[in-house]
Amino acid sequence: MRKVVKSLFAVVMSMSLIIGCSSGNSSSTNNAAQGANSSGKTELSFYYPVAVGGPLTKIVDGMAEEFNKENPDITVKPVYTGSYQDTTTKVQAAVQGKTPPDVAVMLSTELHTMMDMDAILPLDDFIAKDGGSEYVNDFFPGFLANSQVGGKTYSIPFQRSTIVLYYNKDAFKEVGLDPEKPPTSWDELVSYAAKLKKDGRYGIEIPSSSFTYWMFQALALQNGKNLMSEDGKKVFLDTPENVEALQFWVDLSKKHQVMPEGVNEWATVPSDFLEGKTAMMFHTTGNLTNVKKSAKFDFGVAFLPAKRNYGSPTGGGNFYMFKGTDEKKQEAAWKFIRFMTEPKRAAQWSVDTGYVATRKSAYEEETMKQYVKDFPAAAVARDQLEYGHAELSTHNNGKVTKLLNDTLQSVITGQSEPAEALKKAQEEADKMLAPFNK
Amino acid sequence: MGELRAKWKVNMYAWLLLLPSLIFLLLFTFYPVIQTFILSFHQADLGSPEPFFNGIDNYKQMVEDEVFWKVLTNNIWFAIGTVPTSVALALGMALFANKALRGKSFIRTAYFYPTVVPMIAVANIWLFIYTPEYGALSHVMEWFGKGDMNWLGDQKNVMWAMIFMVIWKEAGYFMIFYLAGLQNISQELYESASMEGASSWTVFRRITFPLLMPTTMFVSIIAFTNSFKLVDHLVIMTKGGPDNASNLLLYYIYETAFSFWDQGMASALTIVMVVLLLLVAAFQFFAMDKKIHYN
Repeated sequence: MRKVVKSLFAVVMSMSLIIGCSSGNSSSTNNAAQGANSSGKTELSFYYPVAVGGPLTKIVDGMAEEFNKENPDITVKPVYTGSYQDTTTKVQAAVQGKTPPDVAVMLSTELHTMMDMDAILPLDDFIAKDGGSEYVNDFFPGFLANSQVGGKTYSIPFQRSTIVLYYNKDAFKEVGLDPEKPPTSWDELVSYAAKLKKDGRYGIEIPSSSFTYWMFQALALQNGKNLMSEDGKKVFLDTPENVEALQFWVDLSKKHQVMPEGVNEWATVPSDFLEGKTAMMFHTTGNLTNVKKSAKFDFGVAFLPAKRNYGSPTGGGNFYMFKGTDEKKQEAAWKFIRFMTEPKRAAQWSVDTGYVATRKSAYEEETMKQYVKDFPAAAVARDQLEYGHAELSTHNNGKVTKLLNDTLQSVITGQSEPAEALKKAQEEADKMLAPFNK
Repeated sequence: MGELRAKWKVNMYAWLLLLPSLIFLLLFTFYPVIQTFILSFHQADLGSPEPFFNGIDNYKQMVEDEVFWKVLTNNIWFAIGTVPTSVALALGMALFANKALRGKSFIRTAYFYPTVVPMIAVANIWLFIYTPEYGALSHVMEWFGKGDMNWLGDQKNVMWAMIFMVIWKEAGYFMIFYLAGLQNISQELYESASMEGASSWTVFRRITFPLLMPTTMFVSIIAFTNSFKLVDHLVIMTKGGPDNASNLLLYYIYETAFSFWDQGMASALTIVMVVLLLLVAAFQFFAMDKKIHYN
């Protein structure tokens, strides 16, 4: 009997422990929901992802700390939430659980998805109250394109990138090409790549895993127009220009044999370049700092070569604010966004990470001027922004993007022909977008 | 009367002991399963702000979905490729590690270490092993005068590459179970066999293998469920590509739920996967069990 009582006691104890824990949790979330604790401080939760190498969590935490010092009545609590995908998933879970974060950095392409979930706040009121459109218009249009729909602004550009051409200057010299004259057109790209190719080295690599659609978008933009309408309700995949662009991509390996056949892995293309296994590559500016640090040869960065015109999509993450948080917190969150995107901070962020500074005025800052002077490659990405366009972003974005990725990969691996595959993709994409065109 | 009370007490005692795990089981297993089942009959995606009942539409769509059939076929090939080979290899390794007189512990450690490395790390290592040109595998292929192969970037190769990696990862883990199984076989049986002059093949076929059957069944159930559960490597290595050639059912469910935000379809896919796993586990338990000798 005694034993029984003892074990009963243990069971009861452990039960109360569990209940105790859970009630502790709920009371703390209640506190957060009320927005202010006893001392009248506003607490903000800030979710952010890290997508490139380097000690980025430290930098972000440092910036938040600085903000807290400057604003003693607000405390920002940065929460590192993994990759972009993880961050979106966590934000989504929080939104459904009615405890959205006060501010978060997510992919700029989540715009339509977040709107369909009715999760995000338009920021126009804050912008109007806070000096008007001057602030917003200071951002590069290529970055802002993914923030705006129907005349409203839903997000503020933060960690942004674009695609550029990296080339090995030593290899250029070796085959008698002028290392200061990178290829500027598709034809030049092919002929240079053919010259640069030798045993154990390819002329060019364009990655075709993970962000296949992004690379294809660059080629499509160079040969005409973007893949989707501004409102994200239509895609234009099977135009003759796009078929030509995809054929060009395939020809690089099949016909001209200057690029490895099959899918080129996103993560290994930069190491191919660093190992001298390819003389040129298309890759994100997010890799600039990494390549700068690790390249044992002289390298250059250039605009992506043009067909009809130059062109590259932008990429990366923006600040979002969410519905269902109280007004006081929204004001504070806006203050925080303004703080994080101030020209001098945008400049420092760009220097520290290799991301492209999002605002024109950031390039007037002394730190940025010095950086560009020492490392002219950093200016190439900015100058190319004149030809920068919105990254592929539609309603039902996940499905449409995957469909396009699968289609492109099936063509690149020789399973189908460009025209036919893009036509089929267009039909399926139309079906995916049908509910949003009612 | 007293007897009844005593019985009630024992029962109550048992229930109370079960209570904590029962609560967790209800909360984190049964409740989600039921919710998933219900949600699988609803349209709950980005196009519909409020989920609504749509009968078996999700299942109908699934049957028409090419990608679903592709990932299911892939998964079956993945299971066929990994389960028998890794189990057989594990048995071989266990027999060897059990016999080897010198460096016994070294051999065991060497065989076991892939298990200790997290799958994410394994995937990152193998990503570079499979890289064309300077990857380790490419170098080996060069010695044999074979040209460059793009292992992960080619639809025909990618599944083999994945299967090979997973066998390497899993065999060591299963070996541990076999080693334990071998320890349990009585030495007397081997002694009498050797007195009869039985060949080592006969000893294996008549004594070792049959007595290891319980282990084999356990291990093959684990291996089979793993072939449906292991998708971490896809996130790192291929994202299911090229064109779904390496995509597996669970990763497709993940994509549907957290990239397409189609909760209804993701639920329907989950139900299909759970039913599939239950069927196979039931078959292994009830049909195979009869042929197994337990001591």
